[in-house]
Amino acid sequence: MRAPDTNDILLEVERVVLSFGGVKALRDVSFNIRKGEIRAIIGPNGAGKTSMLNVINGFYRPNHGAITFKGRTRAKMQPFEAARGGIARTFQNVALFKGMSALDNIMAGRTLKVRRGLLWQVLRLGPALAEEVEHRRKVEEIIDFLEIETIRKVPVGRLPYGLQKRVELGRALAMEPDLLLLDEPMAGMNLEEKEDMSRFIIDVNNHYGTTIALIEHDMAVVMDLSDRVAVLDHGVKIADGTPDEVKRSQVVIDAYLGVAH
Amino acid sequence: MLYREAGQFKTTYAEDMAIFPIRQDRIALAILVGIAFIGVPLLATFHVWPFGSDYLLWAILLPFLILALAAIGTNILVGYCGQISLGSGAFMAIGAYSAYKLATGVHIPLASLGFAIAIPPLPVLASILLGGLMSAGVGILFGIPSLRIKGLYLAVATLAAQFFFDWAFLRLPWFTNYAPSGSVNAPELDFFGVVVRTPVERYLLCLLFVTVLAVLAKNLVRGNLGRQWMAIRDMDIAAELIGIRPLYAKLTAFAVSSFIIGVAGALWGFVYLGSWEPLAFSIERSLDLLFMVIIGGLGSIMGSFIGAAFILIVPILLNVLPTELGLPLSTQTITHLQFIIFGSLICYLLIKEPHGFARLISIGKEKLRLWPFPY
Amino acid sequence: MIAFGQFLEVLIGGLMSGVLYSLVALGFVLIFKASGVFNYAQGAMVLLAGLALVRALDLLVANGFPLWVAVVLAIGFAAVIMAATAWLIERFVIGPLVNQDALTLFMSTIGVTFVIEGVAEMIFGSDVYPLRLFPTDAWFLFEGLFPGGILVNKLDVWGALIAGILVGGLAIFFQRTKTGRALRAVADDHLAAHSVGIPISWIWFVVWLVAGLVALVAATVWGTKLGVQFSITFLALKALPVLIIGGLTSIPGAIVGGLIVGAGEKIAEVYLGPSIGGGIEYWFAYVLALAVLLVRPQGLFGERIIERI
Ligand SMILES: Nc1ncnc2c1ncn2[C@@H]1O[C@H](COP(=O)(O)OP(=O)(O)O)[C@@H](O)[C@H]1O
Ligand SMILES: [Mg+2]
Repeated sequence: MRAPDTNDILLEVERVVLSFGGVKALRDVSFNIRKGEIRAIIGPNGAGKTSMLNVINGFYRPNHGAITFKGRTRAKMQPFEAARGGIARTFQNVALFKGMSALDNIMAGRTLKVRRGLLWQVLRLGPALAEEVEHRRKVEEIIDFLEIETIRKVPVGRLPYGLQKRVELGRALAMEPDLLLLDEPMAGMNLEEKEDMSRFIIDVNNHYGTTIALIEHDMAVVMDLSDRVAVLDHGVKIADGTPDEVKRSQVVIDAYLGVAH
Repeated sequence: MLYREAGQFKTTYAEDMAIFPIRQDRIALAILVGIAFIGVPLLATFHVWPFGSDYLLWAILLPFLILALAAIGTNILVGYCGQISLGSGAFMAIGAYSAYKLATGVHIPLASLGFAIAIPPLPVLASILLGGLMSAGVGILFGIPSLRIKGLYLAVATLAAQFFFDWAFLRLPWFTNYAPSGSVNAPELDFFGVVVRTPVERYLLCLLFVTVLAVLAKNLVRGNLGRQWMAIRDMDIAAELIGIRPLYAKLTAFAVSSFIIGVAGALWGFVYLGSWEPLAFSIERSLDLLFMVIIGGLGSIMGSFIGAAFILIVPILLNVLPTELGLPLSTQTITHLQFIIFGSLICYLLIKEPHGFARLISIGKEKLRLWPFPY
Repeated sequence: MIAFGQFLEVLIGGLMSGVLYSLVALGFVLIFKASGVFNYAQGAMVLLAGLALVRALDLLVANGFPLWVAVVLAIGFAAVIMAATAWLIERFVIGPLVNQDALTLFMSTIGVTFVIEGVAEMIFGSDVYPLRLFPTDAWFLFEGLFPGGILVNKLDVWGALIAGILVGGLAIFFQRTKTGRALRAVADDHLAAHSVGIPISWIWFVVWLVAGLVALVAATVWGTKLGVQFSITFLALKALPVLIIGGLTSIPGAIVGGLIVGAGEKIAEVYLGPSIGGGIEYWFAYVLALAVLLVRPQGLFGERIIERI
């Protein structure tokens, strides 16, 4: 694991409150993510983990609180602006573009890097074609990395779940993000698939230095992968620290680990 | 010759990204283009079968080409970008009337300001293209609600376009140059001194437009913008979270789609009809175009051609076949049968094969490729 | 005073014809609430119900049945036709398309529209068939206040009455019956239907049936007003903007939306029409809906939805 730089904070979440009508999904949650680390967020179902990621990338607007990313505190932001800032994301329930091939899904992840506009793309000549080929080359690197060469032209709707999760990771990687948010990347996978996915996550973190925030239920995986763990329960952060510290915390054992799931 | 791609290795990404990566497909396409550009005009010029009369050209090929073009436009919005449109007919009308006004000279008296805007008559080609641009502009305008509202609500926005422009071209005499009958006559089709008159010439003109625009449209849909459109269609929220701006993606889809439909409308008026009335572009036309897209294949340029051919041919078959069999049907029965066939086919395809005939063909090709060893 | 009298007359006429839009819009709301289907075929269903009714009625009367017997039998016949239609739609179109996206479902109802229109006209004919179930003459009210009084069509009043009864009936159906309550459960959550213990296909059949019966009611009033004819489907299309204005999921919204559209288009036609060529009614509802969409996308009474991912 890459040694995180303790002083360099990439993202700071301060006192965030989020409610849907009567439901309080997040109550006064604060935590930070350091540059280069793998940060896990755990907690029982309905704890507010997904909502937290949604707040971070601008999909939900918190009722209170502030988010500082790369030193800039933002008031309100559109999701595509978060993407432009360098935040990529995978989803708890795979959110791929079902009608498109695996290749096209990942190519779509390059959108922000595309320089030639509509008029060039219409002609698809010279610089426009060269750019398209260049993006294709980058995407093929990702395809090789994720070992999905054989399925590149298959519409993702027809792929098994495990592979869909991989394509989704590929799409996020194609954005070359600074911060990668993974919402239960291994849910519903068998052991072998989980091992593959863990390897990909570590490799991404190591080779590209991408900071990763990860929601995961499998405690073994969490303890293995992450540098620091934040624990949410009913929208409240009840613990935060290294995997060992969290594992030993009595509140966590009561709220989460003790509960069979 | 076997339909195989074995042995055809693609050495560059550019080759792999070609429209027809398989050689046999390219040969078939070359033959088709040859027939369309050389074979048909030759046969028609010398009135060789099946071009003994101009019927095939006038009643089938000409409308086929123009409607296929309009279907491509509709497909970009509906099939690629997932934005339902019940107003394609209106955008054909905008293209046609704008082109007409530009070709006959625009005069807007602004009496209260003490002057008038006057544009002299423009050449036909410029009028047709500007007609498309006009349609694109209005398309963007009516696309703006799509940013706040999702999917179905848009059906109503596009219906608003349809009914408003139906009305405008019927009731506002300025658009028809105050023609008492409300019908307008297209100008002479003069392209840089070459005047297009005969059916064959008209056919070639449309073929040229359709070919060029179809290739350009294909370029767009297989490039980044096309992927943005499809991403919005398949899952707009995820699209936004990977950095696609819904504003840009949707409005470009509206603009490109309306441009193509507008040009098709101008061709429909100028080249096919010659003179027309507002009803030439009613909601039935919009629904027809939607049907072509669903039947041919949502999200397929080739499907747009197949769909247009199908919608044109069914009524003709319903006319001809029973008569041949000695059981002529009344016009009304034919219309009703047509309704029933189209309607049930739409339902069937949406259930069984949402990508329409185009997908059925590519499945067929896939089988052929593996034949005779189906594994 | 004359001007105000005229305004009142236009307003009342508009509100009354708005009730007719509401009648069709109700059918849309029912289906949309229960199955998320935006039903383009509602207008075609009005046409089918109207044709079945008027043709059966004419046939029975021609064969010497007394009028009231003929009316009852014809309404029964049309209801059976609507039930068969609902069953066919559920069985062959909406059932197989369960869990598809809204756009696909919507386009499938356009397909259904064409089939219904084709079949209906093939079986029952495609002329204009006059229907006389309600009086069509007029009252003149407030003759003391306004010169000539205010003209109110009796048919419009009948229409309003029927709409009122229908809404009341639907309210009772949804609140008091087991199926009605199950319907509301499905509307909120499709899985909930299982827990109520009623098969989803049955629920959807009932929804389409109720929508079909609502269409039949609309057809009696509209058929009396205009004769049963194909163009009814276009009038029925106006229920779409009505819904957008009222809010897709709201029954009161359908009513209020209908009234707004009815009154708005009549007033616009009378006061604005002459200066811009007339015929505003043709598009007014749609453009109004467009404006509402821009300002308040969920409509006047619709619920705002927060999306999840
Ligand atoms: N869009 C939404 N509308 C209403 N309630 C929501 C929405 N998103 C999340 N919630 C509620 O917020 C709470 C936290 O949900 P979530 O963040 O998905 O939990 P987790 O991912 O930890 O399982 C839950 O009670 C959930 O029902
Ligand atoms: Mg979650």
